[in-house]
Amino acid sequence: MKNVLEYIENTVGRVPDKTAYSDGEESMSFSEVYNCARAVGSYLLHTDAGGAPIAVLTGKHPHAIACFFGIVYAGGQYVPLDDEMPEIRIGKILDNVCPPVIICDSKTAARAEAFARDHGCRAVLCGDMFAHEIDADALARVRRRQIDTDPIYMVFTSGSTGVPKGVAACHRSVIDYIEALSSTLGFGEDTVFGNQAPLYFDACLKELYPTVKFGATAYLIPKSNFMFPVRLVEFLNEHKINTVCWVVSALTMISSTGTFDTVKPEYLKTVAFGSEVFPPSQLKIWREALPDCEFFNLYGPTECTGMSCYYRVTDELSDDEPVPIGEPFPNTDVMLLVWGEDGSARPAADGEEGELCIRGTPLTLGYYNNAEETDRAFVQNPLQTHYRELIYRTGDIARYNARGQLVFVSRRDHQIKHMGHRIELGEIEYTAAGAAGVTNVCVIYDGGDSKIVMFYTGTASKRELSSYLRGRLPRYMMPNVMISLEQMPLLPNGKRDRRHLSEIYKNSENA
Amino acid sequence: MDTILEMLEELHEDVDFEECDSLVTDGILDSFDIVTLIGEIADEFDVRITADRITPENFNSLESIWSLVSELLDE
Repeated sequence: MKNVLEYIENTVGRVPDKTAYSDGEESMSFSEVYNCARAVGSYLLHTDAGGAPIAVLTGKHPHAIACFFGIVYAGGQYVPLDDEMPEIRIGKILDNVCPPVIICDSKTAARAEAFARDHGCRAVLCGDMFAHEIDADALARVRRRQIDTDPIYMVFTSGSTGVPKGVAACHRSVIDYIEALSSTLGFGEDTVFGNQAPLYFDACLKELYPTVKFGATAYLIPKSNFMFPVRLVEFLNEHKINTVCWVVSALTMISSTGTFDTVKPEYLKTVAFGSEVFPPSQLKIWREALPDCEFFNLYGPTECTGMSCYYRVTDELSDDEPVPIGEPFPNTDVMLLVWGEDGSARPAADGEEGELCIRGTPLTLGYYNNAEETDRAFVQNPLQTHYRELIYRTGDIARYNARGQLVFVSRRDHQIKHMGHRIELGEIEYTAAGAAGVTNVCVIYDGGDSKIVMFYTGTASKRELSSYLRGRLPRYMMPNVMISLEQMPLLPNGKRDRRHLSEIYKNSENA
Repeated sequence: MDTILEMLEELHEDVDFEECDSLVTDGILDSFDIVTLIGEIADEFDVRITADRITPENFNSLESIWSLVSELLDE
């Protein structure tokens, strides 16, 4: 197998009429996904947009997924965008990618057309593309030239200099990941996924691809359901959802509000979570409510295609220890490295902390149009200097516990995980520094209370600054607390004194 | 009620919360807002809003949030 499209091609004949993707109201069967994808591919080839990155600006709908596959049929890369992203952020992404086409739906059409005008490209309704005639010969010609190291998507992640970075991944990495994930978590044809991750993150690979691999079904749960825990569990039960891979905050919203006293998920067999620390007390509530369910902690950076490590929760886990990230998936290697001043490195000793570095097929192709950042993060394996072999430096610090399992400890820099989203505090600082009346700004993260805390000096009011940021940052990057200071505390070397700021915050009424 | 109004205005300075009665149905409040509100109400009023009360109806207006909190305070 060398192409992700083989998944759907091998499945569509077996279960053509089964529901592949649904948002609870509108669904697409495997044959509809297959035919629409081939129509999109044909459309792109006929309009001279084959092989190119194509932006997809639609709601969270099965149609978007058919477009993704369609773009791959045309030999290109899909670049999913979120309709709720601020205009300026989408603009930066389009500047980087320069797609010839932005695919939209009726709800996003006006916005997509405005972007298309500004960026010299075309906005096309997905419905128009689905109606296009399928050109099987043209699609076959593309397929003959495609190889498994060709990129299929780009997803954008926070960048510390204020510009989002686009991570490009290829067929081979995705196939490798989907095979390893599916066998480890036990997915199959009877799996019914309840997808939470937005389609513009690699997190949704977990549902999108196993669905076409097995002929399973994935429900794209509408975002509004995640506000109301009882309604969310009722959605799971209504659609007999048995497998969820969610961010921790979505799971704790259910457990911390006593939802299980009212309603319990009746069909759940597999619960995977990741991206954040799962408080042991909350995990306990879940395990007690669903004693027959398997729980998995997943860990992995976008740069290594989805998830790299997993831990199956068992009774060996005590109530007060952090949930380990466990061990790497098959065909992925994880090294804990301790770096010297001169750029050399050695493996961490037993129990010693080291930087988690990843080796293997899941390594993505790096950052699109950003060789400098790519070279900084994807480096030659320092333990092996005989031939060219790249590793990805995650910036995450980890150690092995007494059972030989990997445990996440901290970050090397100012990257955080907040409500399941990966954020560079530097990106928030960089953006805020551009506001009128702001002279200095520093952002810290209160992990205990999950709050982004911004300190700034200058004449701008909190309201002015907040409305400036609202137009530029995604919702999940907005500071939860803003503190205006007369003067920014500095260390002797001129850097901002984050420790002092953290004390100011703790002593303030906001903490 | 003024405390809750302040909480809401912290979240969205550009909304007229005294008039709006479709905070959820019109998508003005999102899941971040609801989680934040539940946390702040717990801190401020020392009441726990349990899942059975976290419904669209109870969060659709300033009035309905306030009557939810009043109800919990009376219990």
